[in-house]
Amino acid sequence: MWASFICWWTQDQAEQFFRSGHTNNWAVLVCTSRFWFNYRHVANTLSVYRSVKRLGIPDSHIVLMLADDMACNPRNPKPATVFSHKNMELNVYGDDVEVDYRSYEVTVENFLRVLTGRIPPSTPRSKRLLSDDRSNILIYMTGHGGNGFLKFQDSEEITNIELADAFEQMWQKRRYNELLFIIDTCQGASMYERFYSPNIMALASSQVGEDSLSHQPDPAIGVHLMDRYTFYVLEFLEEINPDSQTNMNDLFQVCPKSLCVSTPGHRTDLFQRDPKNVLITDFFGSVRKVEITTETISLQRDSGIMESSHEEGQRDEELMEPLKYAEQLPVAQIIHQKPKLKDWHPPGGFILGLWALIIMVFFKTYGIKHMKFIF
Amino acid sequence: MPAVHGGERRWEAEAAPGMAAARPLALLVLLVLGPGGWGFADPPRDSLREELVITPLPSGDVAATFQFRTRWDSELQREGVSHYRLFPKALGQLISKYSLRELHLSFTQGFWRTRYWGPPFLQAPSGAELWVWFQDTVTDVDKSWKELSNVLSGIFCASLNFIDSTNTVIPTASFKPLGLANDTDHYFLRYAVLPREVVCTENLTPWKKLLPCSSKAGLSVLLKADRLFHTSYHSQAVHIRPVCRNAHCTSISWELRQTLSVVFDAFITGQGKKDWSLFRMFSRTLTEPCPLASESRVYVDITSYNQDNETLEVNPLPTTTYQDVILGTRKTYAVYDLHDTAIINNSRNLNLQLKWKKPPENGYIHYQPAQDRLQPHLLEMLIQLPANSVTKVSIQFERALLKWTEYTPDPNHGFYVSPSVLSALVPSMVAAKPVDWEESPLFNSLFPVSDGSNYFVRLYTEPLLVNLPTPDFSMPYNVICLTCTVVAVCYGSFYNLLTRTFRIEEPSTGGLAKRLANLIRRARGVPPL
Repeated sequence: MWASFICWWTQDQAEQFFRSGHTNNWAVLVCTSRFWFNYRHVANTLSVYRSVKRLGIPDSHIVLMLADDMACNPRNPKPATVFSHKNMELNVYGDDVEVDYRSYEVTVENFLRVLTGRIPPSTPRSKRLLSDDRSNILIYMTGHGGNGFLKFQDSEEITNIELADAFEQMWQKRRYNELLFIIDTCQGASMYERFYSPNIMALASSQVGEDSLSHQPDPAIGVHLMDRYTFYVLEFLEEINPDSQTNMNDLFQVCPKSLCVSTPGHRTDLFQRDPKNVLITDFFGSVRKVEITTETISLQRDSGIMESSHEEGQRDEELMEPLKYAEQLPVAQIIHQKPKLKDWHPPGGFILGLWALIIMVFFKTYGIKHMKFIF
Repeated sequence: MPAVHGGERRWEAEAAPGMAAARPLALLVLLVLGPGGWGFADPPRDSLREELVITPLPSGDVAATFQFRTRWDSELQREGVSHYRLFPKALGQLISKYSLRELHLSFTQGFWRTRYWGPPFLQAPSGAELWVWFQDTVTDVDKSWKELSNVLSGIFCASLNFIDSTNTVIPTASFKPLGLANDTDHYFLRYAVLPREVVCTENLTPWKKLLPCSSKAGLSVLLKADRLFHTSYHSQAVHIRPVCRNAHCTSISWELRQTLSVVFDAFITGQGKKDWSLFRMFSRTLTEPCPLASESRVYVDITSYNQDNETLEVNPLPTTTYQDVILGTRKTYAVYDLHDTAIINNSRNLNLQLKWKKPPENGYIHYQPAQDRLQPHLLEMLIQLPANSVTKVSIQFERALLKWTEYTPDPNHGFYVSPSVLSALVPSMVAAKPVDWEESPLFNSLFPVSDGSNYFVRLYTEPLLVNLPTPDFSMPYNVICLTCTVVAVCYGSFYNLLTRTFRIEEPSTGGLAKRLANLIRRARGVPPL
């Protein structure tokens, strides 16, 4: 009997080990709204950022996009802070925030480029989503939306079809293992209707035809601080720590209609695993499977890496003449310097063609005999 | 004896007394291998100096300027440098990859008001400013410039990637190199400014991470975002340039300066009082110098406060002072050296306090703003004027539109603003005796005099005639005429066309008068009626 128990226990352990096939976690958090009265959207995004960082995902694996600056906005009575609860209880901005895309950089084009990986080669590393086929990605979006679209910065929008196509590109390029998509906008469920790639789980704050409402205003700051759905998601996430065993079914129950006024929705048909086997920390945290070994490895010290500049520096000291600092305002030199001649470029094809046409027409009209006076 | 080679490890591990005899032999072997075999590098020669300068400003505000300077005696141009100690690796790799000679990057919020605050140490434009001198070995300067601004935007979390040819210039006469320079071909200089760039915690965080002591020890513990951004002026910058290594200036060292200037407002942060302390400014005090710094000092500007009557009291008292000519004037600074253990005494922290001994001069201000159609503005100020000076008091106002019934019949004349009143106590040159009102002439007893050293006078300015925006009052009449005409002509005709009906009328057969008339007409020969 003991033997069978142990057999079952090890099998369960083995099953647990293979529960999720991911080895790293990424998060793409997007706030698409500009202007001071959309403070709550920035607070939404920052509260998810805070939770995700607390549960272990490092800044290098988070792409944070904030369309406007609320913390250092001249209208903010407490600079360098963004609060999520009234009476300024919780500052979600913190002291250690790294915003990757800010202000005018948050555009539909940049967002899609981040997702699909088709970024210009000079983009710095912190602005890239360097995921692979073993990455679990959390994508959180918030802002103003409608039936089938999400508005970016009041000047453009992204449709649910574009988003679904972007996810399909990610799947075909093997850029994710599993993807969790959360959206907190009005009629949010319309954004996940068109997904067709496998391994995507989606949550939204309201169904088609419903509005997502904001939570509570703060009289000192003067605007609404958070949206209801994300407020209750934040409360839920504050209870999670890296070794929690809470699963996705609990996340689906967050914010029922009595609290949220709108009806949150979710979509799991594209997801291969059962949601009750999916841990919250599979997406929100960076919990890895670690195997502790007692073997020892001996390392060869590499003597190739050394600072050889010491000897060369000594040699240089004898050769160089004394250097001097530049004069900051050499008036005589400035007055007498010649203006730089612009590089001469030969005239372009269009100008040459135009002149050829004019000359041809002239000679055709007045005859070839005028040529000898020109040349 | 440091363990160096992998081979020597085994020897080091079994250091038994019996091996002592074998040691000289092993030593010999190592020496024979020669200096090429040394894997252990020399101690890196870089040093850090940090300083904080606190300057009380004439307007009651206080300015704090931090500077963290790392000097590295190394040749970064050569490849193979991989050992970074105090100099941050992110910037060192930038210098070698893009062949930089100088880099100056600043992020500023606010504007330095020289009129109220005096001249700044180092001013920066509002927004982000980047100017770079490249080495003359660079072939494609524009390409390096674009890549450099992208890399910097990733390091500092700023939108520097918006720098391109539309906002980059090549100055030809200014922005000469601030470091060592043999020749200055301005082709290798690029300058760009992004005035729309916002500075916030996400720019301060990576800036702090470049410091050797981060924000854990030394002066950088004072750098907390929630206090630094609650200021009238905030400017943080990174400056990299080559400097002389020694007095002969035969070799180059790289200098990295990180500067941060803030101005704390007396009314917002100080709640109107002019007393300042480190705790009130930064909500923290200093506990220890940065262990990696060779110098860690705080300077407080005490120049003008020794000369006037009102003195600035600095607590704790400084042990040394520093005097020099700074920006053209002679200034005195109180020096607090954090390495001096007497400064951070048994209270284990240093909280500098600046207190004023006499209350400030400006006496009294009373302002009552106007309420529309209820009461006017009232401004009363008590000012002490310095001798032989000119003081100008000016008030800005806006002109609003009145309701059309509130205009006078001649609105183009303008509206009057009442004259200002100046009540002054003027010192007399000659002392006056107190007078008896009944005996002195009437012209001497207008104002009661309390003591003979000054006399009271009340003066008035001219009234002000202001032209308010005046509507055209004939327009309502014109509009009524036009509208009525249009209605009458167009609508009236249409109405008539639609509603007028025509009837045929039988002519009447007539009576006696008609028969008589016909008789007369027959007689005349005219046709009958």
